[in-house]
Amino acid sequence: MDLSAINPVLLIASLMVAATPLLLAAIGELVVEKAGVLNLGVEGMMIVGAISGFAISVETGSPYLGFLCAAIGGAVLSLLFVILTQYALANQVASGLALTLFGLGISSLMGQSYVGIKPPATGEIWLPILSDLPVIGPIFFQHDPILYFGIALVAAVWVLLKYSRFGLILRAVGENHDAAHALGYKVVRVRTLAILFGGACAGLGGAYISLIRVPQWTEGMTAGVGWIALALVVFASWKPWRALIGAYLFGGITVLQLNLQAAGVAIPVEYLAMSPYLITILVLVILSADKSSAPAALGRIFHASN
Amino acid sequence: MKLNNFLASAAMVLGLATAAVADDKTKVGFVYVGPVGDGGWTYEHNKGRLAVEEEFGDKVETVFVENVAEGPDAERVMTQMALEGADLIFTTSFGYMDPTINVAKKFPNVKFEHATGYKRAANVSTYSARFYEGRAVQGHIAGKMTKSNIVGYIGSFPIPEVIRGINSTYIHAKKVNPDVQFKIVWVYTWFDPAKEADAAKVLIEQGADVVLQHTDSTAPQAAAQEAGNVITFGQASDMGEYAPMPRVSSIIDNWAPYYIARTKAVMDGTWESVDTWDGISTGMVEIGEISDAVPADVKAEALAMVEAIGSGAYNPFTGPLKKQDGSDWLGEGETADDGTLAGMNFYVEGIEGDIPQ
Repeated sequence: MDLSAINPVLLIASLMVAATPLLLAAIGELVVEKAGVLNLGVEGMMIVGAISGFAISVETGSPYLGFLCAAIGGAVLSLLFVILTQYALANQVASGLALTLFGLGISSLMGQSYVGIKPPATGEIWLPILSDLPVIGPIFFQHDPILYFGIALVAAVWVLLKYSRFGLILRAVGENHDAAHALGYKVVRVRTLAILFGGACAGLGGAYISLIRVPQWTEGMTAGVGWIALALVVFASWKPWRALIGAYLFGGITVLQLNLQAAGVAIPVEYLAMSPYLITILVLVILSADKSSAPAALGRIFHASN
Repeated sequence: MKLNNFLASAAMVLGLATAAVADDKTKVGFVYVGPVGDGGWTYEHNKGRLAVEEEFGDKVETVFVENVAEGPDAERVMTQMALEGADLIFTTSFGYMDPTINVAKKFPNVKFEHATGYKRAANVSTYSARFYEGRAVQGHIAGKMTKSNIVGYIGSFPIPEVIRGINSTYIHAKKVNPDVQFKIVWVYTWFDPAKEADAAKVLIEQGADVVLQHTDSTAPQAAAQEAGNVITFGQASDMGEYAPMPRVSSIIDNWAPYYIARTKAVMDGTWESVDTWDGISTGMVEIGEISDAVPADVKAEALAMVEAIGSGAYNPFTGPLKKQDGSDWLGEGETADDGTLAGMNFYVEGIEGDIPQ
C-alpha cells in the first residue's frame, strides 16, 4: 500500500470533473420533477446532447458553440416528451423510457462519422494570481467554465425555486395542478418550460462527457449516468444543494476508489466498486430524515377538464 | 444501465420478431456486449459478421443485437434469435457462458459458438484468441519504454482471460526492466468510456507512463493523449486513430476467418462442437503496426518476439516462473498447459495486490 501516491489536490480537482455531468443532469431533472413531471428520458437526452455538442464543436471548432447546441439538442428531444405527455396525455413513465431508447438510437445514427475524432479543447479558466496559488489554485481556479456554470446553475435554481414568484408557481403546479389551474396558472405551459429546461441541462451534461471528461465520441458513452441522476434527485429530496452534495459525493468516491485501487489499498475491490452507490445513498438518506417528500402531483397527468 | 440495456434488447428482439422471414438462407446471429461503434471488442466482432456477409452474399442472413447485458437478458435475446430461425449464433462475451449453455439445451438443432468461455455441449463450441501472446509483446515494449517504471493496467473483470493478460504483460516487462511496478485498477465493466477515462487519469496521476487496458472503448487512449507523455496499446482493435502517440502498437482480434469457416461448416453440415484457441500463428491475434514512437531497437526486438511466438519457437509462459505467493509454478524451460491457462486465477511473482475473488 502506498497512499502517498495519491495526490489529494489532483483527487479533488478530478472529482469535480467527474461529478459535473451528473450534477447538470440532476439539477435539470430536479426542476422537471418539482413541476410534477417524471421524465425518465434523462439518459436519452444526455446522449443526444453528447453527440450534438460533439458534432457541432468538431465542425465549428468552438466547444462553447458545441455546448450551446448540446443544450438545444437535449431540449429538442425533450420537446417530444412534451408533446407526448402534455398534449397527447400519454403515460409519463412509458414516454420517458421511450425517449431514452429513441435517444440512444438516434445518437448512434448521428455519431456514425464522428468515431475516433478528437474534439477541440475547452480552455481552462486562468486567473492571474488565484490560479497560481498552491492547493487552492488547482482545486478552485483551474477548471473549464462549464464546471463553474454547473455550480452557478445549482445556486440559480435554488434561488428561483425558493425565493421567486415563478418558483412558487412551479412548485404549486407540481404539488397540486388542479388548484394551480383554478388559480389561473398555465399548468401545461409551466411544465413545458420545466421539461425543456431539464432537456437542456441533460444535453449539457452529456456534452460535458463527450467534450471534456472523456473527450471523444463513442456510442452509448453516457453509460447510465442519466439513471444515476434520476436516483440522485430522489435521494436529494428534490433539494438543489443536496443534489450538489450527492453528485460530488458520488463523483468523489468513484475517483477515490480508483485511486485507492491503484495505490494498492488492501480493501477488497468489490467493496470499493460499490462504495460510490452505497455511501451516496446512505448520506442522502440520513440528510433527508426531515420528512421532505416528493411533489404531490409527480407523474400525474393533468387535463384541464378534470 | 441494466434496465436500459434490457429495454434496448427487448425492443430489438421485437424488431427481429416482426422481420421474420422463412427461406433457405443460413441465418447467423450475433450477440454483442457493447455497441458496434465501440472502436474495440464489439467493433471487431461486427467486422467478422460483415466479412461473413461479404463471403456468402445471398446465401446468408446475419442479425445482431448490441448492448446485451450479461445475464438473463442475454438468454432472452438468444432464445428470440433461435426462435426466429437462426442456424448459428455467436455469443461474444465471457458473461454469456451460462446463458448460452441454457439456451442451447432448449434448441438442440441450433449451433452455438461462445467466445472466451470454457463450457461446451454437443451444439456449443467455444472459441477464443490467445491475446496473452500479444500481451507479451506489449509487456516487452512497456518495460523498455517506461521512464517512471510504473505501468498502469485497467482490468475489466477478474476472469482468467484478463488475469492471463496481466501476467503475460508483467513477465515480459519485468524481464527487460527489473524495477517495473504494476498498478492495476478493476473497473467492473467492459464498456463505460467515462469510467475507463477516469481509471486512466488516476493511473497517470499516480505516475504511470504506460497504460494498458482490457476494456473495450478508446477512452483511455484519449485520456493518455491529453496527458502527453504516456503510451498506450490498442485493445481488441487497432485504435489506429490514436497512433503514433499515445497508441504505439495494438492487439487486433481478427475473427473474420473463423466466422466464415464456421458458417461454411453449418452450410455444409460438417459443424461439430470444438474448442478453438488460436493465436498469432493463425492470425486470430494480430499485432498492430508498431509506431515510430518506439525506438528502432525495441521495435526490432518486439517484431522478433512476434515472429518467435508465431512460429511456435517461444511460449510466453515459459519457466522458471513462480506464483505470487512464492510457490513454484513452472520449472526451467517448462511451458504452461492450456488447462492451467484457461482457468488462471493467480498472479505471477512480483505483482502486488490481490485478485478480487
